[in-house]
Amino acid sequence: MKTTLESVVIKFAGDSGDGMQLAGTLFTDTTAVLGNEIATFPDFPSEIRAPQGTVAGVSGFQVHFGTSGVHSPGDAPDVLVAMNPAALKANLHNLKPACTILIDVDSFGKKDIEKAGFVTSPLEDESLSDYKVIDAPITSLTKAALADLGLDNKSADRCKNMFTLGMVFWLFSEPLEQTIAFFEQKFKKNPTIGEANIIALKAGYNYALTVEAIKSSFTVLPAKKKPGVYRNITGNQATAWGLMAAAKKAGKPLFLGSYPITPATDIMHELTKHKWAEIKVFQAEDEIAGICSTIGAAFAGNVAVTTTSGPGMALKTEAIGLAVMTELPIVIVNVQRGGPSTGLPTKTEQSDLLQAIWGRNGESPVVVISASTPADCFDWAFEATRIALEHMTPVILLTESYLGNGAEPWKIKTLNQLPEIKPLTLETKDASWRPYNRDDEKLARKWVVPGTPEMQHRIGGLEKDECTGCVSHNPQNHEVMVNIRSEKVARVANFIPEQRYKGKDAKKLLVVGWGGQFGILFGAVNELQKEGKDIAFTHFNYINPLPKNTAEIFSKFDKILVCELNKGQFANYLRAVLPQFNYEQYNKVQGLPFTVKELKAKFNELLEEK
Amino acid sequence: MEATTLQCLFKPKDYASDQEVKWCPGCGDYAIISAVQKAFSELNLKKEDVAIISGIGCSSRFPYYMDTYGFHTIHGRPAAVATGVKLANPSLSVWMISGDGDSLAIGGNHFIHAVRRNINFNLILFNNEIYGLTKGQYSPTSERGKITKSSPFGTVESPFSVGELVLGAQGQFYARVPDTDVKLMAQVMIEAEKHQGLSMVEVLQNCVIFNDKTHAAITAKENKANNQLILEHGKPMLFGENNSKGLRLNGLALEVVTIGENGITEKDILVHDAHAKSTILHNMLIQMKLPEFPIAMGVIRNADAPVFDHGFTAQIEQQKASSKYETIDDLFVSGNTFTIN
Ligand code: SF4
Repeated sequence: MKTTLESVVIKFAGDSGDGMQLAGTLFTDTTAVLGNEIATFPDFPSEIRAPQGTVAGVSGFQVHFGTSGVHSPGDAPDVLVAMNPAALKANLHNLKPACTILIDVDSFGKKDIEKAGFVTSPLEDESLSDYKVIDAPITSLTKAALADLGLDNKSADRCKNMFTLGMVFWLFSEPLEQTIAFFEQKFKKNPTIGEANIIALKAGYNYALTVEAIKSSFTVLPAKKKPGVYRNITGNQATAWGLMAAAKKAGKPLFLGSYPITPATDIMHELTKHKWAEIKVFQAEDEIAGICSTIGAAFAGNVAVTTTSGPGMALKTEAIGLAVMTELPIVIVNVQRGGPSTGLPTKTEQSDLLQAIWGRNGESPVVVISASTPADCFDWAFEATRIALEHMTPVILLTESYLGNGAEPWKIKTLNQLPEIKPLTLETKDASWRPYNRDDEKLARKWVVPGTPEMQHRIGGLEKDECTGCVSHNPQNHEVMVNIRSEKVARVANFIPEQRYKGKDAKKLLVVGWGGQFGILFGAVNELQKEGKDIAFTHFNYINPLPKNTAEIFSKFDKILVCELNKGQFANYLRAVLPQFNYEQYNKVQGLPFTVKELKAKFNELLEEK
Repeated sequence: MEATTLQCLFKPKDYASDQEVKWCPGCGDYAIISAVQKAFSELNLKKEDVAIISGIGCSSRFPYYMDTYGFHTIHGRPAAVATGVKLANPSLSVWMISGDGDSLAIGGNHFIHAVRRNINFNLILFNNEIYGLTKGQYSPTSERGKITKSSPFGTVESPFSVGELVLGAQGQFYARVPDTDVKLMAQVMIEAEKHQGLSMVEVLQNCVIFNDKTHAAITAKENKANNQLILEHGKPMLFGENNSKGLRLNGLALEVVTIGENGITEKDILVHDAHAKSTILHNMLIQMKLPEFPIAMGVIRNADAPVFDHGFTAQIEQQKASSKYETIDDLFVSGNTFTIN
């Protein structure tokens, strides 16, 4: 029996050594080529060396794909692949009713079951009775399929993820060619291993086809995406590429000064591969050196960026103040994770917002913007760089773990399609120039870099005289300079597009979001709009300054509900800058994204209220 | 005529900015800035090609007084900022100005890593063994037992030995100079600029206000001959009135000997090899203390080793030459892509 579905969520879960990330990625690649809408999210174990077979060591990869309605990696899976009892245990609380569960029974020995924290075997008691369970002896079948290759036990064992993937491909009537091509390419130098993976993949597919145990399979019709050339991209890769594109458009080398930190390090990994594109990646001795080298590189005329996550952001605080004071163009990317302190390094949260906006000593305004999907990290990294260079200010770009590690198809852009970036450099002597002279429109100073003849000057963290640029302790001058720096950031609002919202006819409830929860919020509002509910949605990427028409949008609605993964930071910010409105909050701080289900319940509750 | 003009692009005082110098009268910093200006002039440095990066402290006001590019950064971080400047534009002549508090306390981490990487800039450390700007607290180079505002009963901690720290961090250039000898300071700064890699110059600087005469036993005019051994590469290690004394190796230790006594001649005296790869003798020279030994001055170590910014830049050039991508557009369409019609 075949069921045709609009969209499906699959979760691949197993021990961190079970190769679930690879299985998930290969499934995604095939699905993407078929033209489906896709969103993925990997769920790494929080401890790298968590004991085998325990819930703490479970690694997951969730993929949501379909014809329409794919705005996020999805709430709960329709299909769960559980390579061991721990993987089952870790996901049992979050399954759709009638979910299909694919289990490797070979790994359900008594000891494995106990290790995962089950009292009795879930295969024997009633706990899985609501689900469709496909129990296959995956490990032993994989080994049997590979018997002729003469592989050692461990190498044969490693191929069980491909056996499983073969079964999943059959479930969704998807072809194997792309995955086979991947292994042929990847293991050119070690063809036996490549062959073993291909054999396991085919064996899994054929097993699923033959065995009667699998009673149903699904078909997902391809989506109608905009024509064009696509690729799958994670948020961190898109961020790196957006920065690269911006530096090219500005005609300057890109400098990254950074220190490894989860979940931001992949941006550095990506950039350092591309030295050919005149990219300078400096792995500093600590977070502070990361940003300080970035400030030095900006002073010397590079497009300068530092990347980090929450705790690193805290360490960079003083130096961000220096960049504010010296009005140098730098971009600070914070891939947020759960905090405070070390917090939840591998989990997602949006709780660094107020730190970004206000978390420095003194009056220290910076531009704050955020990305909303994995692929649009490209655009927002580009935009952050543009604003920094064209307004001579530090810009903080907030993404989050959920975006950085999540992936979706990206309609590939070319450099030609991107706008020019015009840095405010001054390269020839101008007699009237002073280091802190400004243009009238933006209030930005000029970027005169060392090496420019006859323009030597000194900058620094001490307050400077408005006119001469020399150190000044004059009280009036200080107030003038504080106001100028703040007005300079405020005026960025004159150079950004207006805020948009979805639901022109709605009056009752406006859902407000920001950052990486876009897809889920959009999906939830969309479903209620289809039901004819009086609800609208607006999502912020520009946070400081806000788009100029923000108040105008807010004034159209009876209720405003701000949804975010923290205790209400954006809501509190809005209360401070637009105090004329009343803001209700929906918050979650579990290190997890929202679910469409919980959002809809909250929206309905507010819609039903008088 | 042209040759002479080239030889002297700027006079030392041409490097001074129009800002009023605000160090206390009698502060050792005045002599240091003169020496730097003299060195710049002799090196024919173009003002626009020099970037002076400082941290926080009395010494760190330095860039404001020089008519070059300058950046007065934050406490402890000038090494990290200077690293960014040098990597962003390796053709600049980068000078970092710092103090014992700035580089060895709050900025210790950046300091050792800049030294370890051997990045090609000059690090001038004004060591006055005290915090001047915050008005007199002990620093990481204050001697044990030092009584200061923050140690009224004397400190109970030992100071860093700056030279040993530098060598321990894989430093390849280390010089020590007194702030009383402008000529020697200028010579050493010239050598520092010529050396490829991180060049560390420790200046024994006098803070007249909070730690006056702390180095006087070494630097005072009447002590100079007997208490300073001014090292020059390839020259015997002689000191004292009329160079009457010298150093020789006795077993595994250094020994002060007098020429003419016990049949000692100049031939017995050690000859300074600043270029030696081994740090053993350099460390022994650094460790010499009064009253048994004179204090070693001048360029103690000047060795060759791979330079960080050279390697950093070379890798970029190499990747440019060998990459399969020509433009970012090539990268974006590489690997797995798919077309939707
Ligand atoms: S306090 Fe000491 S170091 Fe500072 S300027 Fe005065 S004399 Fe010089």
